[in-house]
Amino acid sequence: MTRELKYFQAIREALDLSLEQDPSVYLMGLGVPDPKGIFGTTLGLQEKYGPERVMDMPTAENGMTGVALGSAIAGMRPVMVHQRLDFALLAVEQIVNQAAKWHYMFAGKSSVPMVIRLVIGRGWGQGPQHSQSLQSWFAHVPGLKVVMPATPYDAKGLMLSSIRDDNPVIFLEHRWLHNMFGAVPEGDYEVPIGRAHVIREGRDVTIAAVSHMVVEALQASKMLAEVGIEAEVVDVRTLRPLDTETIAASVRKTRRILVADTDWKTGGFSAEIVSWVCENQFDILKTAPRRVALSDCPVPTSQVLANPCYPRPVDIARQVCEMVGQSTADIQVPVESSGIPLDIPDASFAGPF
Amino acid sequence: MKTHPSIELYREMLRIRRVEERIAELYPEQEIRCPVHLCIGQEGVAVGVSANLKPQDYVLSGHRSHGHYLARGGNLKAMMAELWGKVTGCCQGKGGSMHLIDLSVGFLASTPIVASTIPIAVGAALGSVMKNEDRVTVVYFGEAATEEGTFHEAANYAVLKKLPVVFVCENNLYSVYSPLEVRQPPERSLVELARGHGMESHWEDGNDVLAVKRLSEHAIDHARAGKGPSLLEFSTYRWYEHCGPNLDNHIGYRTEEEFLTWKKTCPLLKLRESLLAEGICAEPDLSLIEEDLKAEIDDAVRFAKESPFGEEDLAYQHIYAT
Repeated sequence: MTRELKYFQAIREALDLSLEQDPSVYLMGLGVPDPKGIFGTTLGLQEKYGPERVMDMPTAENGMTGVALGSAIAGMRPVMVHQRLDFALLAVEQIVNQAAKWHYMFAGKSSVPMVIRLVIGRGWGQGPQHSQSLQSWFAHVPGLKVVMPATPYDAKGLMLSSIRDDNPVIFLEHRWLHNMFGAVPEGDYEVPIGRAHVIREGRDVTIAAVSHMVVEALQASKMLAEVGIEAEVVDVRTLRPLDTETIAASVRKTRRILVADTDWKTGGFSAEIVSWVCENQFDILKTAPRRVALSDCPVPTSQVLANPCYPRPVDIARQVCEMVGQSTADIQVPVESSGIPLDIPDASFAGPF
Repeated sequence: MKTHPSIELYREMLRIRRVEERIAELYPEQEIRCPVHLCIGQEGVAVGVSANLKPQDYVLSGHRSHGHYLARGGNLKAMMAELWGKVTGCCQGKGGSMHLIDLSVGFLASTPIVASTIPIAVGAALGSVMKNEDRVTVVYFGEAATEEGTFHEAANYAVLKKLPVVFVCENNLYSVYSPLEVRQPPERSLVELARGHGMESHWEDGNDVLAVKRLSEHAIDHARAGKGPSLLEFSTYRWYEHCGPNLDNHIGYRTEEEFLTWKKTCPLLKLRESLLAEGICAEPDLSLIEEDLKAEIDDAVRFAKESPFGEEDLAYQHIYAT
């Protein structure tokens, strides 16, 4: 049966199911069993499975990533979580030098089944060190898999796939997605790693979006539909391995592509998708690809300074208008989304994150 | 051939010494095309510790790991072929000297990023505890690794969870060419530092293999009994250059006198003298060991040289586990 669940609840269900099914799965992270339960994603799990399998940890990101890795080569399946991606930068050594290369450098004799959950912050003053969206760093490295589910359905299905995968999987959760609703089946199902998903069909332009930008791209598509432009939105879902087939099929149809990313533009993952399309489909493009991404500066804390750094659905819509040679003047911001402060995900949010 | 535990220790140390010497001898042929960190002078630690391990125990190490791998029973042919970059190597040529593995003897890994295998070893111990397995994990590292934050992170966690780990520090005084005194305060001992983390810790002469064996037996038993981790610091000295097949006392970061002083405390020399003096064996017995080892090493080198390289496609395999 399928119900409406919030994204955080979908993740919790996947963790719950994995703990129940497989005794080698365990959860580890600073705050995992605390009263907030990692934005609700681990709430109640320690009570159910005990402190040996659902555990807190010292504030030692690099060392503890090594510990998780070591347990993985000894037969466990750790799911590690960092409440902001920015903290996990302390663990890049273990992730990039060790986990990513372990299976390769030992010629397949040993492997690292391990999920590392990284939460991307935004708004309510997250500031320079709580807002980074560095998926391109991880997607750059052979040996890592990188997923960024945008819907509750994918959050559960990709979490189940990630935990069952025999490789290190970087699982990125945008903080603004945690409280969004979506249809989620009960029980066990997997969303395969490495498969993008056409979340909205359209003929005029392909918008390839990751994570929260999928939400924004869908909102932009509505604005565009009002002026007669039908955008096809491809939810990239997995950055590595990238599903270029699904993106290419969409571009064959629309012959235009815009990439919407939560990261900076320079050296960001949006460049990877645009490059791939240019290298492989240049001849069929009607117009130059475009990118909508975070402004190229650290995100400041003050909302007045931070708000302009983040692209909005209307920015995507205007860019698309230019791509199809239509005036941007007719694009209307829907009434329901006007008036909500720009530094919060929805009207009910009263801070802090 | 006489048998005696001390003869075995001598044989194991000599085996490592002769393997390393052979690598140094053949290195100028330029067929071993990877960095090698030879452990000549440091054989006592690996052999003394390994003598106490059970078959199910785990071992991890860092960049200077040939001795740890061999003392644990790691396959010599697979190691030599790995140095030669051949498909028959323990990593099929993907790792080289700094990445050794032999899961058949619990040698889980060596990798060269300093201190990086220390938390991994702690994690392996956590995994064995979670799976209710009777295993002790030993991790070898140099004194420079204790300057890394990750060593302290791992030590903290091992103590917190009372994990069955033995941290084995080989203090050879240099991190590449940087001497200890520019890296660590002289009045602070590593043993005290480890005790500060709340674990049992002791120092011993790393070139006295019998003393190493005694002390590590205590630490390994302690871990196996569920009493938690220990750190053992062993003083020793690397005779050759940090990386490569040569002596390097002339380049200016250490003196010939210092080297000669340490050379007198050679772990093999010390044991050999006592074996002979106590009549545990005689010169001809030791010659037999030499002959055996020469034949084994000849065979391993032949194997490495005659083995094929992997097909080019091998470079694209094992990126992901399937």
